[in-house]
Amino acid sequence: MSLENLQRRKFDTLVIGAGGGGLRAALQLAEADAHVAVVSKVFPTRSHTVAAQGGMNAALANVLPDNWHWHMYDTIKGSDYLGDQDAIEYMCRAASHLVYELEHQGVPFSRMDSGKIYQRPFGGQSQNFGGEQAARTCAAADRTGHAILHTLYQQNIRAKTHFFDEYFAIDLIKDKSGFILGALVLEIETGEPLLIEAKTTLLATGGAGQLFRTNTNAHINTGDGLAMALRAGLPLQDMEFFQFHPTGIAGKGMLITEGARGEGGYLINKDGERFMERYAPHAKDLASRDVVSRAIATEVREGRGCGPQADHVMLKLDHLGRDVLYKRLPGICDMSKTFMHIDPAEESIPVFPTAHYTMGGIPTNRFGQVVVPVDQGEESIPGLYAVGECACVSVHGANRLGGNSLLDIVVFGRAAGNDIKKYLKENRHHRQIDEDSVELALAHLKRWNEPDNRDDDSSETVSGLRAELQKTMEDYCSVFRTEEILQQGLDKVLELEKRMKHVRIHDHSKVFNTARIEAMELENLVDLAVATVKSALERKESRGAHSRIDYSERDDVSWLKHSLYYKDGHRMDYKPVTLKPVSVESFPPKPRVY
Amino acid sequence: MLYPTDLSLDETRLRWQCRRGMLELDLMLETFVEKRYADLPMKSKQAFHQLLKCQDQFLLDYLMGQDVPNDKDVADVAKQVRDAAGPGN
Repeated sequence: MSLENLQRRKFDTLVIGAGGGGLRAALQLAEADAHVAVVSKVFPTRSHTVAAQGGMNAALANVLPDNWHWHMYDTIKGSDYLGDQDAIEYMCRAASHLVYELEHQGVPFSRMDSGKIYQRPFGGQSQNFGGEQAARTCAAADRTGHAILHTLYQQNIRAKTHFFDEYFAIDLIKDKSGFILGALVLEIETGEPLLIEAKTTLLATGGAGQLFRTNTNAHINTGDGLAMALRAGLPLQDMEFFQFHPTGIAGKGMLITEGARGEGGYLINKDGERFMERYAPHAKDLASRDVVSRAIATEVREGRGCGPQADHVMLKLDHLGRDVLYKRLPGICDMSKTFMHIDPAEESIPVFPTAHYTMGGIPTNRFGQVVVPVDQGEESIPGLYAVGECACVSVHGANRLGGNSLLDIVVFGRAAGNDIKKYLKENRHHRQIDEDSVELALAHLKRWNEPDNRDDDSSETVSGLRAELQKTMEDYCSVFRTEEILQQGLDKVLELEKRMKHVRIHDHSKVFNTARIEAMELENLVDLAVATVKSALERKESRGAHSRIDYSERDDVSWLKHSLYYKDGHRMDYKPVTLKPVSVESFPPKPRVY
Repeated sequence: MLYPTDLSLDETRLRWQCRRGMLELDLMLETFVEKRYADLPMKSKQAFHQLLKCQDQFLLDYLMGQDVPNDKDVADVAKQVRDAAGPGN
């Protein structure tokens, strides 16, 4: 494992992550005859996009009147005005075209009897800028993510994208001028590192739900790309905004799609009261996710929770009838029966908020370029792009609306692909690789080959530290936050950061050494935990998913700005929100009431 | 159906194959490998390896009982995985 015998490959573009965002960008490039490599730590179609049940928003107006401008308004309002309005306009305008494009590529969207694409109502959607409920979410039954992921994968195979399956990305390679030149990756099967040199690198590694003990995310969601960006000296934006989905299965974490409430399901407390009528009289159970999450947590905190521990509420679906339930929500019925041994056609399902989506991420503009503040403006990092949940473009701001994540990955995957094509035209040759940067990345990998010389009683294990980290994040940085709780949380995660340096693994074998992969994933999670708690502690207001009991109001005078966290010195910086859209009038901040 | 004859996959490799795109699959497959796999007869182990080759959504269908694999042995092991899940695990 030295510089001299390091294997090297060259590509025009390296895409790290094979979810919908990475594959959409790769497709755009491969179809333009670019030489594209996609690196994925699991087989590509096992990426987390496959889990997106709900659907993809687009103002097709097939079921009810609709307009992309209304979609834009809802997204900005849902973001609690922290979303960048230029990026949001771009996304909402592009949505309909991209739904049709996906359909032509092979995604089997559900249809109405008329033959038009069926659209279901989701939380936070309105007609005419805050009026009646809209129906904007296009779905392929309750497996939209699966359909999109497989379609994009097959299209990439057709376009001859080169896949590196079961390779783990370790670090970005950066030269002295700040250009990103690719990444060092590790072949999991052989344990051999590989340097992939690329004129452009796209991070599309997904979110970091594994930061929290109760979460909806697959175990692969350890925020690897975000941590790689931090280690490359780049900031992470708005990390305090983590969406908790209101209806996770209590004690398990799995998500019950908002579509269940869209189809008529509702929440009740131990008294059988439909309590959302008190918290959101108009939208009720279809209010924005953060509003519903806090309402459930409040019911439990105030003693109206259900079950022996009074630690959850119930999602009532039985009144919809067995036929409707099993036709429209078959996945939920099966999940409830399998994991809880409950038939939702007969009994309600125990639910509680569960960590679901990372709104924050690597700061980008609407072209997918990674950007950093310079003087009064910002500059792009040459050769580096990011899309999807690992990026913060920012279309979700302080809170993402249901149905906007699949849209985000497809819209900005394509946008990044288009911008990379331009970059490749202007940068036809590979820059000389920076061997110092490669050596640093190799040193990072070699750290996990260090022998364990400790006494038995000083053992610090990956699994032990990971469990402690997840519990700490759940206890000190979830739905309810105060200065005191967050300060305690920061002290604890900083202590875990120190202890991380003492973690060793016993297995130093090369072939399929998953202990080493899990250790590096934990390293990533620790960095992201510090970023999340520090950003949450510093933001002294309540906005969207970031709810502070001690600063209960949104404060647009002091806090209508994006947070930027740097690993170096755990430093914070801030940058303004883009309130000016591309072509329409700005939507000025106003109270967010549903 | 042709079963894989090479079961030299060690435990870590098998565990990595259980890392999927959905939490539901992670929980069910990892629980099964941890608690039940070692005690399976060879035929069922082979069927489990075959099951792991399925796409995530089909795998979810099988493990949730929404669909049944064509092969009887694979169907049997899918049911065992499903039965190992539940409120207690």
